[in-house]
Amino acid sequence: MRTPTAEERLEERVFRPLVHTSLGWYLWTAFLIAIIAFGLFGYTNQLRRGLAVTGMRDTVIWGLYISNFVFFSGVSMAGTFISAILRITGAEWRRPLTRMAELTTVAALLMTALMPVVDMGRPDRVLYLLRYGRLESPLVWDIAVISTYLTASLIYLYLFVIPDSAVVRERLRGKVSRLRQGLYTLLALGWKGLPEQRKRLERSAGVMMLLVIPIGVATHSVVSWIFGMTYRAGWNSTIFAPYFAVGALYSGTAMLITIMFLMRRVYHLEEYFTEKHFRYLGYMLVAFGLLYFYFTFAEYLTIGYKLQSEDKLLLQELLFGRYSFLVWLGFIGGQVVPLLLAVRRRTQTIPLLFVASLLVNIGMWVKRYVIVVPSLANPLMPYQWGFYTPTWVEMAVTAASFAGFALVFTLFSKLFPLISVWEMKEGWERAREVAVPSQAGLAARPARLDSDPGGPRHE
Amino acid sequence: MGVVVIQVDYSAKDKIEEDMDQGDNLRKWQLSRRQVLKAVGAAGVAALAAPLMPAFLARSAGSGPEEGSKATRLRQWVLVFDLRKCEGCITKGTPPKCIEGCNAEHFVPEGQEWIRVFQVEGPAGHSYFLPRPCMQCENPPCVKVCPVGATYRNDEGIVLINHERCIGCRMCMAACPYGVRSFNWDQPENPPGALFANYSPQYPVPHRRGTVEKCMLCAHRVQDGKLPACAEACPMYAIYLGDLTEDIATNGKDVVKLSQLLADSSAFRLKEELGTRPRVWYIPGHGQEYGHEVGDERPPIKARTWQEQGVTLEKKREGASK
Repeated sequence: MRTPTAEERLEERVFRPLVHTSLGWYLWTAFLIAIIAFGLFGYTNQLRRGLAVTGMRDTVIWGLYISNFVFFSGVSMAGTFISAILRITGAEWRRPLTRMAELTTVAALLMTALMPVVDMGRPDRVLYLLRYGRLESPLVWDIAVISTYLTASLIYLYLFVIPDSAVVRERLRGKVSRLRQGLYTLLALGWKGLPEQRKRLERSAGVMMLLVIPIGVATHSVVSWIFGMTYRAGWNSTIFAPYFAVGALYSGTAMLITIMFLMRRVYHLEEYFTEKHFRYLGYMLVAFGLLYFYFTFAEYLTIGYKLQSEDKLLLQELLFGRYSFLVWLGFIGGQVVPLLLAVRRRTQTIPLLFVASLLVNIGMWVKRYVIVVPSLANPLMPYQWGFYTPTWVEMAVTAASFAGFALVFTLFSKLFPLISVWEMKEGWERAREVAVPSQAGLAARPARLDSDPGGPRHE
Repeated sequence: MGVVVIQVDYSAKDKIEEDMDQGDNLRKWQLSRRQVLKAVGAAGVAALAAPLMPAFLARSAGSGPEEGSKATRLRQWVLVFDLRKCEGCITKGTPPKCIEGCNAEHFVPEGQEWIRVFQVEGPAGHSYFLPRPCMQCENPPCVKVCPVGATYRNDEGIVLINHERCIGCRMCMAACPYGVRSFNWDQPENPPGALFANYSPQYPVPHRRGTVEKCMLCAHRVQDGKLPACAEACPMYAIYLGDLTEDIATNGKDVVKLSQLLADSSAFRLKEELGTRPRVWYIPGHGQEYGHEVGDERPPIKARTWQEQGVTLEKKREGASK
C-alpha cells in the first residue's frame, strides 16, 4: 500500500471535522449556547428595567461593556493584520495559520460591534446612528471603520475559502447534506483552478492584504479616540492611537496563539501547527510586547513627571490605590511574565507559550478595564471618587460575548477547513519549483526546504 | 421676583458675534480645532466609508430641531455667580435654594442635580461654595462628540438635548470636563400629567429612561424674559442672568452692565485652560457678604427633590399665571 502524499494527508486531516462530529462538539456547543442564553436573559432584564440593572452610574458611566468593546476590537486588529504582513513579506510559515488568524478578526469584530449596542441607553434608536450620524463624532468614525474592517476581513477570509470550497465539494460529495453541498457550490463560484482564476485570486488577495493593514490600524486608532478626544486625565493623550494599536497587536497575537493551541488539541493539527509556529508567534508576541511596554512607559513617565493635579490623583490610585492590584496584575501578569516565557529558549514550548498567551489575554483585558473605569471615576470637580462594581447582568453579557466569540470558531470548524488547503498546496508547489526548476511541477513529492510551510515533517 | 423684559432689537447677527467674542475674531486667521477635526475626520472617514457618505452628508447638515426663538431678538445668555454672596445657604440653615428651585422647575429626576453646590477647599486653606450649572460652552466638547446631533447649541448659545433623538451612548458625559451631565439609568418619576406635557428640548418634561439630562439654562423661561429658576430662587441674589449682545445682567434686583460687573470683580471661568469658553462666570468670594467665615466648614444641607417639595404641574401653572 502506498503512503498517502502530503496533500492527501492534509485533506484527510482538515476535512475530517466537516464530516465527523463528536459528542464532545455537541456538548461544547450546548455549553456555549447555554452561556449565551444566560447572557440574553441578563440583557432582556436590562432591556426591561434599563441600564439601572448595571453597576454604572453617573460618575462611572462606562464599565464592562466598553472594556469588552476595546478588548475585542484589539483582538480583531491582530488576526487579519498578522495574516497580511506575513503574506506580504512572503513568510512561508504563515500558510497553516492564516485562516485561523483571519477568522479571529471576523469573530472578534462581531463582538466589537455588539458591545456598544448593548451599552446603549436606547438600543431602539440604534439606526439613528445612520440616519443622523455626524462626521464630527468619534463614535461615528467607529461605526464607519468597524463596518469597513468587517467587510474587508470577510472578503479577505473568503478569498481563500473559494478554492477550498471547490475542493471540499469534490471530496465530500455524498458525505454531507445536499444543502451543504449547495453552499459549497455557491461559495466556490465555479472554481476549477484554471490559470486565469488563479491569477485573479492572486491579484484580489494582493489588493486585499494591502488594504486590510491600514484599515486594521485605523480601527483600533479610532477606538482609542473615543477616549483620546476627551479632556479626562488618563485619556487626554496624543499617543493613544498608536498606543492602542500596539496593544491590539499584542493582545491579538496572544489570542491567536490561544486559539491555535486549542484547535491543535481538539482537531489534532499537531502536524501543521508545530512548535516552530508557536515559537515564531512567540517572537512576534515579544516584539509587540516590548513595543507596548515602551508606549506604556512613555505614557506614564510623561504624566508622572509633571504630576498635573488630576493626573496625579489618577496615577496615585492606579499605582498605589484602589486599582493598584489590577494595574500590577496587568503589568506583571500580562506583560512581564509572558514575555519572559516567550523569550527564553527553555520555556519556548507549546504548552508554556499557551500559558503565556492566556496571561496576555487576561492582562490585556484587565488593562482595558483600568483604562476605561479609573479615568471616569477620577473626580472632575471637587467631589468624591466614583464607584463601580459590575452586576451579574454585565458579567452574564460579558460571558456571553466570549461564548459568542468561541461559537464562531466552533461553527466555522464544522463548515470549512481550519487550515487553508489552497495556501498549503500553493506552498508545496512553489517549493517543488524551487527544488527542481527543470522539472517544475513534475515532482512526485513536495521538497523539504527551509521554505517549507510547516507541513508534514518530523522534527 | 424680578422679571426683566429687555426690548432692544439687534438684527445683524454678524455684528453681534463680533462684539461678543474676541475669540471668534481669532478664528479668522487661526485654524480652529473644529476645522482641524472636520478636515481630519472627513478625510479619514471618507476614505474608509465611501459607501455611507451620502447618508452622512445629508444628515450632518442642520441637525437638531428648529428653534422657536423670536427672530427680532437674539440673546446670548450668560450666568454670573457672585461667590461673595453665595454661602451655600448655610447661614440661613436651609438647603441651597438654587438646587431646590431647579428641582421644582424641571421635576429633576431623583439622584440628579442639574445645578450642584460644591464646597471647595481653596489652596489657601479657605472654604467656599461653588454652584455649578451647565457651563453652556461656546466650544462645547459634548456637542462635538454626539454621534446623532441630539445635543446641540441653539441660536442663543444654550446647549440643549433633544431627548427624542438621544441614543444614550453617554459619549457626551465622557467628554464634558465639568461633569454636568446626568443619565436616566432608570425611568425617572414624572409628575402626574407630565406624559401629556408638550415636550421640547427647551423644557424637557417628561423625563425618559436611557437619555442624558442636564441644566439647560431654563431656555423656556429666559425666552419669556424670566430669570432661570436657580437665579429666581436664590435668596442672596447671587446669580445674575446676562446677555452678551446687550451687555446687561440682572439678578432680579439690580440691573448692571455685564462687562463692567465681570471686569470690576475679576470674574473667572472654570477650567479656562481647556478652551471650552464657558458662558458661566464666577466672581471670587466665600459668601463674606452674608457673614460666612472662611473657617466655617459646615457643608450645604441636602436639597429636597421636587416630590419632597410637593410640586405638581398644576401648582406650577397656577404660580405662572399669578
